[in-house]
Amino acid sequence: MKRKHWRLVFLGAGLGALGLAAGLVLTALDDTLVFFHDPSTLKERAFPAEQRLRVGGLVEEESVVRADDGLTVRFVITDLAHTVPVTYRGILPDLFREGQGVVAEGYLKGGVFEADEVLAKHDENYMPREVADALKKSGNWKGEDAE
Amino acid sequence: MIAEIGHYALVLALAMTLVQAVAPPLGARLGDGALMALARPAAAAQFLFISAALACLMHAFVVSDFSVVTVADNSHSAKPLLYKFTGTWGNHEGSMLLWVWILAVYGALVAAFGRNLPPRFRAWVLAVQAFVGLGFLVFILATSNPFLRLDPAPFDGRDLNPLLQDPGLAFHPPLLYLGYVGLSTAFSFAVAALIEGRVNAAWARWVRPWTLLSWCALTAGIALGSWWAYYELGWGGYWFWDPVENASFMPWLMATALLHSSIVAEKRDSLKSWTVLLAILGFSLSLLGTFLVRSGVLTSVHSFASDPARGVYILVFLVVVIGGSLTLYAWRAPGMRAGGSFRPLSREGSLLANNLLLAVGCATVFIGTLYPLVLDALAGQKVSVGPPFFESTFVPLMIPLLLMMAAGPLMAWKRAGPGAVLPRLAVPLVCAAAVAAAVAARSGGPWGAVLGMALAGWVAAGVLTELAERIRLFRVPLGESARRLAGLPRAAWAMSIAHLGVAVLVVGTVGAGNWAGEREQVMRPGDSVALAGYDFQLLDIGDVPGPNYLARQGRVRVSDGGEEIALLLPERRHYPVQDTWTTEAAIHTTWLADLYVVVGEDAPGGGTAVRIHHNPLVPWIWIGALVMVAGGAVSLTDRRHRVGAPTRRRAVPATATATAGD
Repeated sequence: MKRKHWRLVFLGAGLGALGLAAGLVLTALDDTLVFFHDPSTLKERAFPAEQRLRVGGLVEEESVVRADDGLTVRFVITDLAHTVPVTYRGILPDLFREGQGVVAEGYLKGGVFEADEVLAKHDENYMPREVADALKKSGNWKGEDAE
Repeated sequence: MIAEIGHYALVLALAMTLVQAVAPPLGARLGDGALMALARPAAAAQFLFISAALACLMHAFVVSDFSVVTVADNSHSAKPLLYKFTGTWGNHEGSMLLWVWILAVYGALVAAFGRNLPPRFRAWVLAVQAFVGLGFLVFILATSNPFLRLDPAPFDGRDLNPLLQDPGLAFHPPLLYLGYVGLSTAFSFAVAALIEGRVNAAWARWVRPWTLLSWCALTAGIALGSWWAYYELGWGGYWFWDPVENASFMPWLMATALLHSSIVAEKRDSLKSWTVLLAILGFSLSLLGTFLVRSGVLTSVHSFASDPARGVYILVFLVVVIGGSLTLYAWRAPGMRAGGSFRPLSREGSLLANNLLLAVGCATVFIGTLYPLVLDALAGQKVSVGPPFFESTFVPLMIPLLLMMAAGPLMAWKRAGPGAVLPRLAVPLVCAAAVAAAVAARSGGPWGAVLGMALAGWVAAGVLTELAERIRLFRVPLGESARRLAGLPRAAWAMSIAHLGVAVLVVGTVGAGNWAGEREQVMRPGDSVALAGYDFQLLDIGDVPGPNYLARQGRVRVSDGGEEIALLLPERRHYPVQDTWTTEAAIHTTWLADLYVVVGEDAPGGGTAVRIHHNPLVPWIWIGALVMVAGGAVSLTDRRHRVGAPTRRRAVPATATATAGD
């Protein structure tokens, strides 16, 4: 085989690798993508109970209740237009607080959001971007745009 | 006053980058040696001025000068001295200053150690370096000036995010920046080579030490960051595929590919334009990472502020640098003369496969990281791409890479016959099978873990086989083998060490990913919990004051078969200034596993939430990374890199030889 032919072999191998990666990426995106919604959307639309979702908003003041087992926590996420009750079992992140932004990931079952992951990774000065956008959408955004 | 000096020093540094970006290329065009020679003193001066500015900012932090906005916003008088010091870069402005400082360090290093480079080439390299510095200095002075004053000065500061008050953070950003800003040198060398039309084996040899240095720092920086996340965030995990982690991981993948392709460019004068492209893409991904982290388009513990003006500026700069260099590449690369040809089954072929897999792996990380941003911008839909995506795309691509890792070094350059390669793979194959059988027998799976461990065994045995081949073990007398072993070039050692590091790292990730156990429950003093054969007893829980926090500390006795092996002191700290809590996990390591305890909040009915993790083999991850860095460091000491000058045998353009005595 000539040099030109070997080049074709390399090109084929490269395209093969790219194709394999594209296949992996497409199936993975199909299977693993988690969509974010605000409480208003959760009220408006029906979601199958096996669909993994993210919901974000503010933790409603005085809504956090700890069950007697000490690990199960109930709280309410609000975008100040609608609310959704959330249950979570486990130690909450350090930055979780009433009145602060939060994102929960899990499943919506019978109107209650069963979270298996709660994220509050932002600092004091601003909130998760999804949460800020959800508040803007529901017309309850009070902060300045840049902060 | 000191802050004004810092500000002034930054402006002077800006002036120096202007000189350095304009004069040397002009000199190269006009053939004016004096103009070209300006690059070196300018690089040194730029480094000194930025160092002065950084020192001024550190001073402001250490003495708690709250009339400086950055200090007032991110420090507090009660903060321990170490964190006042490292808090210098624990904020947006300071970390950008650290960024350009490291860029200037590399510029000064190239100026100092690049004596052997042809003057025209060096002039271009330093000019490109200065152009990047110019962009970032303008960015700092215009949008993120760390020396802005606050009048009246507040009585005390707003404190540093407590999560960042940690020794791990003292070294994580500097190391990480040393890594990914260091890729700017490979970038500058690539652009200069494209402009000068000089991409050859000598070029590949010049770039290599700089790439190696950045790669070592980047590897160490990523490992340190992951270790910090592991013990500080309290989740028991070490890697979250967080966009900010990915932002440093993508340049690492490119730098790793670059290290391998530059071997082919150096030894075989082949894959040259690909190597140049990798050098450009590596630094482009560093810039992209900086954009993602600094513009606030992502929300994470790393992005300290979000300001649209900053994002837009970096984005424009990104487009200029990446777009410009890629255009230059598209224009000049086709003119490069193709070097030595090779067959798919050859050392070059295996290195090319390595590059292909690393590049494609990098592309999947890129897609996973940017897809949510693009979807949000185009469709207004918010999604998250989490670890499952990366586990089902990136991880499978690494399997053939590990398979190649044992086989590649056993192949001959140019062309290798299957008959010569396959018999040599017998030992690794037997080892992999033995490991698989042992793991399956001992743990019973899952099959992914068996496969992963077998791969680690395959890689390690491959490395040892290659070493044995080199010293002709058992084919010549042992004394002769030992003599050969002592005489092995540093590069051979470097490769073996780094590849063994990969095997160790694989063992760690496979163990952590498959056999980790976790228990979460409410415990009262005296309660015991069993996990993975260990017994965890909560002795008591009480308040312990710290310098600027109050800790709720539990005492947990860990025993194995009735015998106490550790007393763990997990804490939950309350920082009153920002009214935040942080979790301080307590970790006992047996080197084969970590026992990891976290305390949570008190339960209403009494007792405290306690989470216990058993993380098998996790320490191997950091050990593996350290071994890889050691391999890189050994390669850096190779004599080859010190003789930077092109050998006289090679035809050198007349202009370059005329001043080669410089």
